[in-house]
Amino acid sequence: MSSRLSAPNLQLNELGKIKHFLTLEGLKQHHLLEILDTAESFINPQTDEIKKVPILRGKTIMNLFFEPSTRTRTTFEIAEKRLSADVASLDIATSATKKGESLLDTLWNLQAMQAHMFVIRHAESGAAHFFAQHVAPHVHVLNAGDGQHAHPTQAMLDMFTIRRHKGDIYDLNVAIVGDVLHSRVVRSQIQALSILEAREIRVIGPKTLMPTHPEAMGVHYYDNIEEGLKDVDVIIMVRLQNERMKSALIPSEKEFFKLFGLTKERLALAKPDAIVMHPGPINRGVEIDSEVADGPQSVILQQVTYGIAVRMAVMSIIMSNAAQLAQHQAEQASLELDAENEEEQE
Amino acid sequence: MTELDIDVNELIETISHVLQHKAILQQSPKMIGIRTGGEWVAQALHAKLELEDPLAVIDISFYRDDFSKIGLNPTVKPSDIPWEVDDQHIILVDDVLYTGRTVRAAMNEIFDFGRPASITLVTLLDRKGCRELPIQADVIGMSIECNQTLKVSGPEPLTVSIVDQSEEEQA
Repeated sequence: MSSRLSAPNLQLNELGKIKHFLTLEGLKQHHLLEILDTAESFINPQTDEIKKVPILRGKTIMNLFFEPSTRTRTTFEIAEKRLSADVASLDIATSATKKGESLLDTLWNLQAMQAHMFVIRHAESGAAHFFAQHVAPHVHVLNAGDGQHAHPTQAMLDMFTIRRHKGDIYDLNVAIVGDVLHSRVVRSQIQALSILEAREIRVIGPKTLMPTHPEAMGVHYYDNIEEGLKDVDVIIMVRLQNERMKSALIPSEKEFFKLFGLTKERLALAKPDAIVMHPGPINRGVEIDSEVADGPQSVILQQVTYGIAVRMAVMSIIMSNAAQLAQHQAEQASLELDAENEEEQE
Repeated sequence: MTELDIDVNELIETISHVLQHKAILQQSPKMIGIRTGGEWVAQALHAKLELEDPLAVIDISFYRDDFSKIGLNPTVKPSDIPWEVDDQHIILVDDVLYTGRTVRAAMNEIFDFGRPASITLVTLLDRKGCRELPIQADVIGMSIECNQTLKVSGPEPLTVSIVDQSEEEQA
């Protein structure tokens, strides 16, 4: 499976538009900007309220969560309902796959229930790609997190939150602090920030929680948080992924907080108007102090709200692209027919 | 093909004159413009009628009935109705009334915000005879024939010109 992870065109259709949303890798700046701009259109500028719209009426979206999740799954469900889609959520960890049904059989059965879109969260990297390779041509796949590989909607809602608070991303210095090695969120965030040409991307954390060559991702590595936070506009804290650590990579949570936890004093090293973000769930006293998480510079809860608008944007763009492709193909077919008729007349 | 410029100010003058003699104006009406052309006309009308409540703007892109054919409008912006819709008398403003589908979409959207007491439909121009839905305007600035297409540009200055294509087709 892993050899196909970077297949260039799997997630784009013949017109170069997004068909499946699996990873940010290989997407262009205009794809990302389209998502951010569309998300903006769902939010009332005065009240931050997200209104229900009827565009996906009659479409069925299935949320397949092979790995537990509350926040992502709930915001996906709310986003789908705000688009007026019919929604079914399956907790697959407790269903047929336990009875020995293969992933593909599960997929084909759900497809036979007339799903138009699958939202998939899975503990294996590449699971969403695998689904995308096997679904029928009219079915779309959205990755809601696969193993340590990617979590593209989370990264996009982070970009949306940054843009709403700090303006254009190419002007900004962004620091990501914590477990970079195991985090699919960070991987997607770095890709998004690179595509949107952030001025500087820094990663901060112990060497044991970093990939071997962080520079290869186009980031600057700091093992000292005080140095790394200097003059940044955005601080993104990420959780210690205890469930993905196979050996003792940090001495203890207390030790981690002492060295890398975000406190008020450390926050003061960043720009005075810097924002603090966290994809959640947050571990108070491990990577972030309560005072900071609940403080005036924290936008953590807004990230959750914006997650609804961004997921609405991705899903409506995918269905819109499908409609435009069908229209395009119909036009092509009628042009060909005209050409044939002309030939016959001659 | 001929182009004919229309005196928009005169039409807005006519519309506001008609509206002033309608009962709705005694019921502290609220105005909604349909983005983009309708918003421009509504701005001019709103100022002329000196309405108290701020002008609302709706973008009907998400309510169109042809999403499955043409997809999303890339320039869609959020609707903004800065007051409660419930029990209000609403003046809905568009630039051109044509098939009636835009007004259908706009009314659906308004009802998602609440239940208005009434809706009065105002249009700058009415392209007669090509309605596809049973929707008619209460106040019309000017009626034109269906085969005439229009170019509306704005907001400052707001101009409308009629393009008569019938000659071109005959040629």
